Amino acid sequence: MSERITKWPGVELSAADLSEGKVTQTRFRPNAKYAWSAGEAMSRFLAELQDGRLIARTCHSCKRTLFPPRMFCEECFRPTDTWTYIQDTGTIETFSVSYLDTDAKRIPDPILVGVISLDGASPKMGMMHYFGEMTKEEIRIGMRVKAVWKPWEERRGSVLDIKYFAPLPEGKK
Amino acid sequence: MRVGIIGIGMTAFRPSTPEYSWKELMFEAASRAYADADVDPRTQVDSFITCAEDYYEGFGIFDEFTPDQLGGALRRVCTVTGDGLQGLANAFMQIQTGLIEVAVVEAHSKASDLITLEGIVEHALDPIWNKPLGAHPFVVAGLEADAFLRGTKTSPKALAAVVAKNRRNGLRNPLAAYGADVDPEHVLRSEERFAPLRALDIANPADGCVVLVLASEAAAKRLHANPVWVRGIGWATDSPGLETRDWVQATYAELAARMAYRLAKVRRPTSEIHFAEVDDRFSYKELQHLEAIGLAKRGEAGRKASKGEHDLAGPLPVNASGGSLGCGNVFEATGLHRAAEVALQLRGDAGTHQLDGVRVGVAQSWRFVPSSTGAVAVLGVGR
Amino acid sequence: MKTVGVIGAGMTLFRRRLQETGKEMCFEATKMALDSAGLTRADVDMVVNGTAPDAFDGVHMKGEYLADGCGGYRKPYTRVFTGGGTGVFSTIAGWWHVASGLADVVLVVNEEKMSSCQPHPQSVFAHIWDPILDRPLKPNLVWIFAMEMNRYMHVHGVKKEDIARVAVKNKRNAVGHPCAQLADPNITVDDVLASEVMAWPVQRLDISPPSDGASAVVLASEDFIRRRKIKDRAWISGVGWCIDSTMWTDRDLYFPEYVARAAKQAYKMAKISDPRRQIDFAEPYDPFDYKELHHLEGLLLARKGEAPILTREGVTERDGDLPVCPSGGLMGVGNPIAATMGQKIGELFWQLTNQAGKRQIPQEVHTGVAQAWGDLMQYGSVVVMSS
Repeated sequence: MSERITKWPGVELSAADLSEGKVTQTRFRPNAKYAWSAGEAMSRFLAELQDGRLIARTCHSCKRTLFPPRMFCEECFRPTDTWTYIQDTGTIETFSVSYLDTDAKRIPDPILVGVISLDGASPKMGMMHYFGEMTKEEIRIGMRVKAVWKPWEERRGSVLDIKYFAPLPEGKK
Repeated sequence: MRVGIIGIGMTAFRPSTPEYSWKELMFEAASRAYADADVDPRTQVDSFITCAEDYYEGFGIFDEFTPDQLGGALRRVCTVTGDGLQGLANAFMQIQTGLIEVAVVEAHSKASDLITLEGIVEHALDPIWNKPLGAHPFVVAGLEADAFLRGTKTSPKALAAVVAKNRRNGLRNPLAAYGADVDPEHVLRSEERFAPLRALDIANPADGCVVLVLASEAAAKRLHANPVWVRGIGWATDSPGLETRDWVQATYAELAARMAYRLAKVRRPTSEIHFAEVDDRFSYKELQHLEAIGLAKRGEAGRKASKGEHDLAGPLPVNASGGSLGCGNVFEATGLHRAAEVALQLRGDAGTHQLDGVRVGVAQSWRFVPSSTGAVAVLGVGR
Repeated sequence: MKTVGVIGAGMTLFRRRLQETGKEMCFEATKMALDSAGLTRADVDMVVNGTAPDAFDGVHMKGEYLADGCGGYRKPYTRVFTGGGTGVFSTIAGWWHVASGLADVVLVVNEEKMSSCQPHPQSVFAHIWDPILDRPLKPNLVWIFAMEMNRYMHVHGVKKEDIARVAVKNKRNAVGHPCAQLADPNITVDDVLASEVMAWPVQRLDISPPSDGASAVVLASEDFIRRRKIKDRAWISGVGWCIDSTMWTDRDLYFPEYVARAAKQAYKMAKISDPRRQIDFAEPYDPFDYKELHHLEGLLLARKGEAPILTREGVTERDGDLPVCPSGGLMGVGNPIAATMGQKIGELFWQLTNQAGKRQIPQEVHTGVAQAWGDLMQYGSVVVMSS
């Protein structure tokens, strides 16, 4: 190709070409709004969050305790069997120290975020959440953490009913 | 190599399904299909295909959310961003390669999760030529209906006959969301929406999921299945531009039918095909599509519909299931639903809307406003 | 099963912003691919389109919108979409169109116009998350890669310097690529390590930023290739694709099991029992530098934790024992998601037909593997090609 093709198509534009109106643009903001049915598993999960509890589903076939809860086991392809509470403590599986917000804008104070495998669920099963009451120097993989819940009256049935996960002191439950 | 449908699973179609997430809806239809085929998706299915569009679902990459509820985790799964019949076509090809023996095709609608359906459909219009006009996207259907009625000298009364037939057929289909005893007068008196289309000419949205299990002839035999054969399949796209496409005839359907008939060795569709399930999400589409796929001569579909020739007891039953007007618009699941209905008829499992003695049927799909894409499948039983 | 060959490839420049519309980019890439194969649109039986989220281009059902640009007008035309995995997956879909016997010649056209999305393409990625479990936390896409990278580094004790070597290698390799957006002949490991921290451990030069671009390849059956006496062809000898569970917080992210399964499918089909010995070069998906290492292990071209060592030892350089991303990859050429088919399938074709010019691997190569990755760290698509 490199030998036979000499012209590679494409006209590069700079950000200024757009902002200064040197090229014609059309603008459109789609009217796209959704309200997803949470379904059986997530409805119960959210209701339990409001009560300050984490709930899972068990599968009697593969003997796993599935969290986040689901009405079907993806491994066995069968309906799951029973509801069971798990703990709000766990272990940091991985984390990031983020200087970016959702729109890729820079933020001065980093967000500590990661995945926590939760006690009582099957190994490696957990959720993504924020971390607090620790510095970016202190956070590490394998650290034991516990959920810090919002006060009851501020809970809305959302993963945000947990403020963040904070360090769990050694020997404490 | 022959490819057959060995499992059919559908949920009921309903105006809304607040009790279920889209995942749980898919799990129900998939479970039914696997029970019907008597296969274990974790060990006996080689490939899974989902047919979905991101904006209908409200996701950036909907493919992420498909495997678990189909039994496809850590297996071959992919999304065909098309109508369910296009998904069926891809499963058909996968099996024809010999690499895949058993394939699953899924399509669904969770339209009730969508608050701004019209806004989404509008977002499919060309960003330079059409979006700035700011018209309701169903204007495209109104314009096409007008071109079709004029170009084929079809009376608006024929559209009313289509609506009445399909809504009444829906009453006999327990899965249908919008079965009703509607008469043609009723349709002609309904509110004018996108002239010449009236309120009752437009199918209402519904939620629902359809899953089909396909297998090669050898795998079907091994699984002791009694398949409905996919004799031929075709799909095509006309110009995506509103300014450069054919408005009177559904060229995409004509091209798709030509391909499907070639593969199925159908030479005279009117005598070789016993019944049809065609896209009727706007009443005129049923007539336009019947003409495009060679089941009526140009300008004749409307007259035949008015004479009752497409009724359950007529010479060519069309949309015996109730179609989209009777069952509801299930978006990308529309074509797969029709293939499922044709397969149920051919197996003799269509219950209260079962047709007598049918051995070859055709399912036809269209990708809704503003697309010019469609597919056709010829299904049959026996040799 | 019909034998399928790649007989032509084309791509546009990859740039942060191109003036061309999505349709026009598709047309340019398609025309180039057809010209290089010596064919016209009349020779094409069917068309496959691959393109990632509709929200980038800002059109719902964007496969329909792009159809005429891709040469799909009045032809059987389908879009497939497996997130970032589309970069290699669309070729797999094209493969089954031909291998089934339904088509003799199939065009595969991939496109991404990320600059249409304002204020930043990153905002699209807010919609890829589970609406109940993830979205309330307002996640940024870079987070999950940072988490995956951190887990990978933690399990194998990998140092950031060894990861940065991948960015340096690929940006240098891209110097020979006429379409490259991010080529840099002078970049060093220190530059990468000194670049802005975005979401630790990910720094700015660990990432390939958004691009506009399109690419196309032409696939044909063996019968067609022989009948038309087409000389420049590379055979598709194996394909594999695999998705892992949606529940990404339930998986150990240190190893891409889904890539390994896809690779095993492809190797089995290509009759490859010892990939490290039988594969001459690789184009794994590298939107982040650590992903090349992660994927080399997933592709079974390195043992778990061994890829950083091979990189440090120079094995993966263009003149090394196992050249990896000789194109310059996504890190060097750019990352218009699905259009990266140009550096993956396109590069395999150009290398195997000895047309890669300045990028040509010095030793003779007979077998290469291309891989893409997508969805929520869950999709692997793999193609093996041989001369």
